[in-house]
Amino acid sequence: MKDFIIPGEDTDRGTPAKSGAPVTLVVDGIEVTVPEGTSVMRAASEAGIQVPKLCATDSLEAFGSCRLCVVEIEGRRGTPASCTTPVAAGMVVTTRSEKVQKIRRGVMELYISDHPLDCLTCSANGDCELQDMAGAVGLREVRYGPGETHFEVRSGGDANARYIPKDDSNPYFTYDPAKCIVCNRCVRACEEVQGTFALTIEGRGFDSRVSVGAPNFLESDCVSCGACVQACPTATLQEKSVIEIGTPERSVITTCAYCGVGCSFKAELSGDQLVRMVPWKHGKANRGHSCVKGRFAYGYAMHQDRILSPMIRDRITDPWREVSWEEAMSFAARRMRGLQEQYGKNSIGVITSSRCTNEETYLVQKLTRAVFGNNNTDTCARVCHSPTGYGLGQTFGTSAGTQDFDSVEHTDVVVVIGANPTDGHPVFASRLKKRLRAGAKLIVIDPRRIDLVRSAHVSAAHHLALRPGTNVAVVSAMAHVIVTEGLAAEEYIRERCDWEEYLAYSDFIRDPRHSPEATEMLTGVPAAELRAAARAFATGGNGAIYYGLGVTEHSQGSTTVMGIANLAMLTGNVGRKGVGVNPLRGQNNVQGSCDMGSFPHELPGYRHVKGAEVRAIFEQAWGVEIDPEPGLRIPNMLDAAVMGTFKGLYCQGEDILQSDPDTKHVAAGLAAMECVIVHDLFLNETANYAHVFLPGSSFLEKDGTFTNAERRINRVRRVMAPKNGYEDWEVTQLLANAMGANWRYTHPSQIMAEIALTTPSFAGVTYEVLEEKGSVQWPCNEAHPDGTPLMHVDGFVRGKGRFIVTEYVATDEKTGPRFPLLLTTGRILSQYNVGAQTRRTENVAWHDEDVLEIHPHDAEVRGLKDRDWVRLASRAGETSLRAKVTDRVSPGVVYTTFHHPDTQANVITTDFSDWATNCPEFKVTAVQVSQSNGPSDWQEGYAAHAERARRILPAAE
Amino acid sequence: MSPEKMVMMANQIATFFRSQPGDDQPERIAEHLNDFWAPRMRAQFLAHVRDGGQGCDPLVVRAAAHVRAPVVRAD
Ligand code: SF4
Ligand code: SF4
Ligand code: SF4
Ligand code: FES
Repeated sequence: MKDFIIPGEDTDRGTPAKSGAPVTLVVDGIEVTVPEGTSVMRAASEAGIQVPKLCATDSLEAFGSCRLCVVEIEGRRGTPASCTTPVAAGMVVTTRSEKVQKIRRGVMELYISDHPLDCLTCSANGDCELQDMAGAVGLREVRYGPGETHFEVRSGGDANARYIPKDDSNPYFTYDPAKCIVCNRCVRACEEVQGTFALTIEGRGFDSRVSVGAPNFLESDCVSCGACVQACPTATLQEKSVIEIGTPERSVITTCAYCGVGCSFKAELSGDQLVRMVPWKHGKANRGHSCVKGRFAYGYAMHQDRILSPMIRDRITDPWREVSWEEAMSFAARRMRGLQEQYGKNSIGVITSSRCTNEETYLVQKLTRAVFGNNNTDTCARVCHSPTGYGLGQTFGTSAGTQDFDSVEHTDVVVVIGANPTDGHPVFASRLKKRLRAGAKLIVIDPRRIDLVRSAHVSAAHHLALRPGTNVAVVSAMAHVIVTEGLAAEEYIRERCDWEEYLAYSDFIRDPRHSPEATEMLTGVPAAELRAAARAFATGGNGAIYYGLGVTEHSQGSTTVMGIANLAMLTGNVGRKGVGVNPLRGQNNVQGSCDMGSFPHELPGYRHVKGAEVRAIFEQAWGVEIDPEPGLRIPNMLDAAVMGTFKGLYCQGEDILQSDPDTKHVAAGLAAMECVIVHDLFLNETANYAHVFLPGSSFLEKDGTFTNAERRINRVRRVMAPKNGYEDWEVTQLLANAMGANWRYTHPSQIMAEIALTTPSFAGVTYEVLEEKGSVQWPCNEAHPDGTPLMHVDGFVRGKGRFIVTEYVATDEKTGPRFPLLLTTGRILSQYNVGAQTRRTENVAWHDEDVLEIHPHDAEVRGLKDRDWVRLASRAGETSLRAKVTDRVSPGVVYTTFHHPDTQANVITTDFSDWATNCPEFKVTAVQVSQSNGPSDWQEGYAAHAERARRILPAAE
Repeated sequence: MSPEKMVMMANQIATFFRSQPGDDQPERIAEHLNDFWAPRMRAQFLAHVRDGGQGCDPLVVRAAAHVRAPVVRAD
């Protein structure tokens, strides 16, 4: 660990912390008490004594190969390695005796004799543990003559057969075998921390080398998480950014802005130049781990495509005109107010961002409620997790996920349904895989064979490969098995749930029509397999359910969420560690944007606008009257726009044209509006229909908080000045004030204070508390001053847990002769959402286009081969992309991602949606696939339109 | 929004509540519409039911009696 920046709290203690009974020992005359199971090395470190080491680091289990850490222990023979020796009561340890010092110098001499002595020009100079250890052991000479080495390109005039050139195939880091000391840390990091097993040590003794099992890193199984780079003590595995810029000199702790895991990072800087992002080991969501996006894919923040000046235009067919902030704001304010005068107060609205901070989101919904005077606010969470809010709210009394991520360490049976954690929530997936390798069982319910089903040292006990759209039938069949086989946790249910409702539910679910045998034809899941999975979940100990958009993005999304809640209550799996219902949120701040009152029917803290007392709180705080009627949801806004009653939109940090279903409908809605204000980093697809463009700031340029999928409020800290001049909350404030508000926030902490004042679950949250504790999980208030890692511990939030009858209803989206296949959509590791950020980084090395996965059988009958251009058509539209023939998908099912605007997968998706929340049915579309010669007319027409719409007039000097 | 789409959404909601135990399904459907549908959508819905409710699930028609008519405001 190269943690030279903040000594003290980040000291590498050599081996992981343990928990156990206290044991007291003496190290170099200092008494120290540590938990049983702790290594002597770690105990010494806690006593303030650092034992020299090379192969040990505290993110990995001790390995004991370098023998640099030897010590003497009274009453024991020899010189044991302190990293692999556990403490014992009364031990007396000497770490600096003449004898061990001599051994260490000998060890170092051997290492150094096979290491180039180019420290001054090495990229790790000043940040290299080998260098540090040479100093620490007092190495002054190397007596071995020049012999065989791994670092000399030529030896004795001939090419050195042992020399392996540097591998710089990975866009973000290099592997320079000449500098490798074969300490095995990278191999162990890839296994223990990441769980990918991409690296091995090949050969023995002097011949041993790190191997990626492929021609190079890029072509190997490596997923570029960076764990090995982090673990490497030398310059062997090194970030390219460090090689280019040099070592950083200061760091700021902040939070990744990509996914809902919410990993903490140290942004390491040299001046105001970001050198690298390093996962922070005290981050409670990630515990020192990261994925390729947060670790490396931040280059978009400095990308040349970023728009840094505000722009306006009268018509969307005009080119953009760069203007001052004042002019942009008065133009926008005039137009929006004008629309309200002409078409009524409710003719304008906002879309808040699930990428921006809580404070920014809060201000945007406040803008519509307090300044526009209506409740027309929605968020892109509409299109992903709105059914979670409704379903869990109805059953448990709060939409909150029930656990923290640490909980997975106590789980015995994990159900993953409609989620693909290794791609969507990689750091959580690594933690999950670690638990699975330790023996927990896995049940995957997904139409596709996601990586978790079978990967290195992990395999699912059951994979229920259901037909898209039959989630409710499968979940209900599991409940049927549990109830009819007498596996329900009746005692738990009697105590914690509404017993009457349970009886009604149990009558319902017992009906033979819910049995796995009866639904097998419909779901495609073999009954015996489903029964086995249900039994395993009900009887296997702590059972936890993790689910994602494959559950919510259906016409019965809310019903499935209720079904999942039923399963958890039936088996007594809510209210303690290791269990629970865990929605895996997509974007970084989906949780926060929902918490902050982004939905049109509820004020911050999930309180319906119809409640007079709730409105009174905000009316008092804001000095305005609040409309008691729910406002429009995104699909309603677009429908209303097409009808001519919705005219103006302020859209912050979202690209609804690309991310929402039925692109043509979205485009028609946007085109019908008279003032579309896009506030974003880039001229995104939605901006093609905008009249005002307000440049946004990246997460590196602002202060605020994000709330991750475990309800954890993490600080986002400004590490550099906003390139566009303002943090995003300031931009919203400028707009509000241009429209007559008189907001005077000077720092986001004041916005958080207002949130705490008005929202009971945030009552105890302040920037001081976050500074002190690092992060807190809401509810955080007087009753829970330290926050709430686990929900429903002493009973459900709503009082009694509520079982809800979940009848399966087939989606209206049915296959037929014209559209015989079912399309389902998803995402991949290296890209994020619509790709606006990740496509502007080197991550394109892994995914430069969206492809259509199709089963070999379906491909064959259509005469398609791998990499062929295919036409993908639904009743909504058609597009073209390349085929990937694979048996990951079942026959009858095809799959694609939606990261690239050229593909426009959402031209295909329909406007069907969840019955309760209008969350679009992304996951099921009836399609046909056929041969094609290239891009469709729509794609070409769209590309031409996009190009026209992005013209910017040269600034008039 | 198009009447077909509105009817489809209302019918979807009715389908869920039909499956629920009890005999207050129309009230619960109406409660859902009151809570989540903006006034203009409810107005459109009520007008549609008044005009014969073409395409509507009978349960939806029964629910209409409990749907709050939006207060017409001068905006
Ligand atoms: S690459 Fe680095 S971590 Fe891996 S064995 Fe070599 S020196 Fe150790
Ligand atoms: S970057 Fe991650 S996946 Fe790749 S080799 Fe290193 S630890 Fe393994
Ligand atoms: S897992 Fe998510 S939060 Fe963590 S680094 Fe990756 S993208 Fe960022
Ligand atoms: S650090 Fe203990 S043997 Fe390497």
